[in-house]
Amino acid sequence: MPYLSGSGRNRTVVPWRFETWILTIVGLVPAALYFWYGAHDQLGADPVNVFERWLGLWAVRFLVLTLCITPLRVMTGYSLLRYRRTLGLLAFWYACMHVAVYVGLDQRFDMPVLWRDMTRRPFLMIGFCAFILLVPLALTSATWAIRRLGRRWRTLHRLVYVVAVLASVHFLMAFKTYTPTSVGYAAALCGLVLWRGGHALWHVRKRVRQDGPRQGTVLK
Amino acid sequence: MARWSYPRPSPTEITSHQAWMSRRRFLAASSIAMGGMMEQAARPAMAEGLRTRPGPFQAEEKPTPLTDVTHYNNFYEFGLGKSDPSTYASAFRPRPWTLSVEGLVAHPRVWDIDRLMAAMTLEERLYRMRCVEAWSMVIPWDGFALADLLKLAEPLGNARYVAFESVLRPEQMPGQQPGLDSLPWPYVEGLRIDEAMHPLTFLAVGLYGQTLPNQNGAPVRLVVPWKYGFKGIKSITRIRLVEQMPPTTWNRMNASEYGFFANVNPDVDHPRWSQATERVIGGGGFFGGGRKRTLMFNGYGEQVAGLYSQMDLRTYF
Repeated sequence: MPYLSGSGRNRTVVPWRFETWILTIVGLVPAALYFWYGAHDQLGADPVNVFERWLGLWAVRFLVLTLCITPLRVMTGYSLLRYRRTLGLLAFWYACMHVAVYVGLDQRFDMPVLWRDMTRRPFLMIGFCAFILLVPLALTSATWAIRRLGRRWRTLHRLVYVVAVLASVHFLMAFKTYTPTSVGYAAALCGLVLWRGGHALWHVRKRVRQDGPRQGTVLK
Repeated sequence: MARWSYPRPSPTEITSHQAWMSRRRFLAASSIAMGGMMEQAARPAMAEGLRTRPGPFQAEEKPTPLTDVTHYNNFYEFGLGKSDPSTYASAFRPRPWTLSVEGLVAHPRVWDIDRLMAAMTLEERLYRMRCVEAWSMVIPWDGFALADLLKLAEPLGNARYVAFESVLRPEQMPGQQPGLDSLPWPYVEGLRIDEAMHPLTFLAVGLYGQTLPNQNGAPVRLVVPWKYGFKGIKSITRIRLVEQMPPTTWNRMNASEYGFFANVNPDVDHPRWSQATERVIGGGGFFGGGRKRTLMFNGYGEQVAGLYSQMDLRTYF
């Protein structure tokens, strides 16, 4: 179950704890560091572009880490589940900053240009979709929301796999050629999505083998 | 009153002032060349001052600082990152170098770069440079009009395009080694003959009064200020006059994003971003450079708009 520690010692929804605050602060260091560099003319000739890409890269990095938690647990038995919400929120915060820098620092709130970007350019539309889909996930990340939504919470949060695919496409399109970086991260994201799909399928089959078809389960 | 006379040379024999002045330049250039032969190893590191004079078409803007011009480069032969060229270009040897002018010309010739520089009158031009990636600089180039070189070769009547080819040296240029992100090498570019003969079209052999640094396309590169920067092919080895429109590297990579003409045009967007505005490179951190409106033909419309009066610039971007 998401956000339930499986140790048996403490089978409750894990509260917002001290160590996750530390993780949040450490996770925001790359942004703070580059903001300081940029404000002090230490980011080279084109600082806004460097900062913008840096924030996007870290959003992707935290998304990869978030999606690694479950495979890690299944494959090694080692659970870092209590950090998943923090990592997911860090991905969201980096995506927010990435979009904010694009709108404010880069395009300087030039509304006609932004409107054309949002309506005509697949590269930016795909990236923006990925960001928008992260918003409901971030809004429902609080413990009370998890309790309240119950099973629907799990369904809703599967959106993260859609976000991962959209982010991969956006990331690949951000480079003029296919670079080791862009292909590497896109492959990692898509690989994690595929793994999750395969794992779910395997689970359903196993359950069917053991228990027979459940009511309402359609099998092909 | 005694009348006296002396034999005067006929007017055709009088050395023009320009040639007279260039004799000094020739002497200076040949002494530099000889000095260079003696200390070849030291050459690339130490940029020499060029004998250059102010030329026409001076932009009004403030020049971009030299460190930005030499450390923020797209030169994919050295790598995809903006700092890769300045990091890896020191292994590149821009001399000895030959530049071949060939194809549909009356006088094809293989020029030694130092002889070519001595033969030409070098002048400085402060040009705006607009990259297709929506950033811009203002650079004081030193060199000569491409037309001056082409006139020496005398293009034939059926020469309609000029094809340029860059250098192929994977051992000196890490970006040319095979890889996922590698382009088809060598880099090739092209111009229509009227674009090539336009007085704005420039071959640069220096910038900021110094010999062209390796990362900026040493020893000789094209500068076409009303077109996006990728038209400015670097480290040119071959200039060929041809009848058919030649292939160009970025157009071959992605024809929907990079056209043959690649004129700066704020109304024709790149599929992935707007070309209406540009980030001004020039330090100062986040709030230093800022953004400005991109001008049609990069502000050189008065000089070049006539070249395209019959063309739909949305189709031929």
